Amino acid sequence: MAYILRRLVFLCLTLVFISIITFLVFRILPGDPVQIMLGPDADPARITAVRHQLGLDQPLFEQYIHLIQGFVKGDLGESLRFSMPVKTLILARLPLTFSLALMSLVIVVFVSIPLGVLAAIRKNSWGDIILSSITQVGMAIPTFFVGMLLMILFGSMFRLFSPGGYIPWGESFFGALGSLLLPALTIAIPQIAVCFRYVRNEILEQTTMDYVRTARGKGATERATLFKHILRNSLIPVLTVFGLILAEVIAGTIVVEQVFSLPGIGTLLITSVSGRDFPVVQGLVLYIAFVVVCINFIVDLLYRVLDPRIRLK
Amino acid sequence: MIHSKKKRNMNLIIGGTILLFFLTIMVISFFYTPYDVNKIQVANKLQPPSSAHWLGTDKFGRDTLSRIMTGTQTAFFVGAVVVVIGLFFGSIIGGLAGYLGGWFDEIVMRFIDALMAFPGIILAIMIVAVFGTGITDTALALGVLATPSIARIVRSGFMQNKDLDYVVAARSIGVSPLRIIFKVIMPNIYSQLIVAGSVAFAGALLAESSLSYLGLGVQPPDPSLGRMLSESQEYITDDPWYALAPGLTITFIVLGFYMLSNGLRELTDRRS
Repeated sequence: MAYILRRLVFLCLTLVFISIITFLVFRILPGDPVQIMLGPDADPARITAVRHQLGLDQPLFEQYIHLIQGFVKGDLGESLRFSMPVKTLILARLPLTFSLALMSLVIVVFVSIPLGVLAAIRKNSWGDIILSSITQVGMAIPTFFVGMLLMILFGSMFRLFSPGGYIPWGESFFGALGSLLLPALTIAIPQIAVCFRYVRNEILEQTTMDYVRTARGKGATERATLFKHILRNSLIPVLTVFGLILAEVIAGTIVVEQVFSLPGIGTLLITSVSGRDFPVVQGLVLYIAFVVVCINFIVDLLYRVLDPRIRLK
Repeated sequence: MIHSKKKRNMNLIIGGTILLFFLTIMVISFFYTPYDVNKIQVANKLQPPSSAHWLGTDKFGRDTLSRIMTGTQTAFFVGAVVVVIGLFFGSIIGGLAGYLGGWFDEIVMRFIDALMAFPGIILAIMIVAVFGTGITDTALALGVLATPSIARIVRSGFMQNKDLDYVVAARSIGVSPLRIIFKVIMPNIYSQLIVAGSVAFAGALLAESSLSYLGLGVQPPDPSLGRMLSESQEYITDDPWYALAPGLTITFIVLGFYMLSNGLRELTDRRS
């Protein structure tokens, strides 16, 4: 319990830091955001009006409190470009990005763990060497290039999927699945590479442990040793990597939505940055960071639930 | 032991060779490119690879090979700036936090955790949104981004070293803390710093290409491999080689840095 409390305090501290960083980046750094937003020839009266609308004419501390209050209430102000609440804009695009991230994560789990186990069992076999080499390339390849390669391979050759374009879930389940499959795969591939290597190394490390020798000494079959002993112990540390992978998956959606022209959170972020729509950018950055930090917190807690040894320490 | 010494460090050899190849191309590109990088020849647009244009031409009829050659300049420039910024500030922050410990360390680490909680690309986008785009701003933004993870590595190196005999000895003869940090301990974690630097270089290349692909990084007329990819996208199904050339170039350079860092790690592991 004390541990959870301490972690909660850390979580709150991290969130405060994040909000301060976001807040400062948009206010204290050189250059007037409103001036940048409206262009160099903007009418001074208009600048004053927008400054007032954004609350930038208030003292810094009050602005910060205002931001936090808004964040907690889910009110992030109004978009300058769409003249709509930022919240409405985000909520409209959330289902797409959420399902994209979820699908990628499912693919990562179901591909990387079995492959990692297989490679570890057959260490230094040709299969292992080939898989390890491929994953090294997989880590080096830019996500958006993966997407383009998949488009070259599938988009034109088979025309099975619909690269570029999104069919909402409500309209057609299989249509949505089809339109998100290639983007999800694109996000997943570099993460599969990371996760595969981690699983493989973790299993190889566990194999050298005393308890494995004991299990074998007792006469447990290789299969039982692997599934009942090694795998259970090696997948726990893998969980920590999943926190990181989730952050990468969320970041991946931002880029990959551009590749496949999907109207999600990422596209909103990029168009808002290009359109100098600061309330939207600030709101999105805050929420994304918030989600990532909370996920890492949950992963941390899960880690303890799954591994009693940590609780005892 | 003897066996492991005999085993060749393939990562170092292959990674080093890849990087040497692209570094050579970059150096050559300062003096010579097959064609003028920005010369537009609409009649020649979207040519497939041929003896005249080894890697084909782009949608304006510009020679892709020449553009990739100059594009490596931007890639290496951004990478180098990022690594210099990251190593400089990362060593100072991580060194102080690791050596001093206590509340200073606690605050710095919380701050670093918070910075690292932002998915990298989002932090970069946020900085670029405020600072503006362009080659220098991109490099600075990514340098800020590289600092926390390097600071962490430096910090853990310091925590391992600060109570070792040689540091205690230096302290007991009255060497000043700053001198201990930078002259006594720092040289002992150079190998970790070099590995961290080459990982940061690879990360910077990936991030720069992503930002430029999104239109938020390097701006024309500065050549960028990421932007070449985004320009090629509308032709992807009919003229795939247009995207393949810059895409594979980025992949190989990043791969080179990853292999180099793995190789360097193997090298230091073997020594110890």
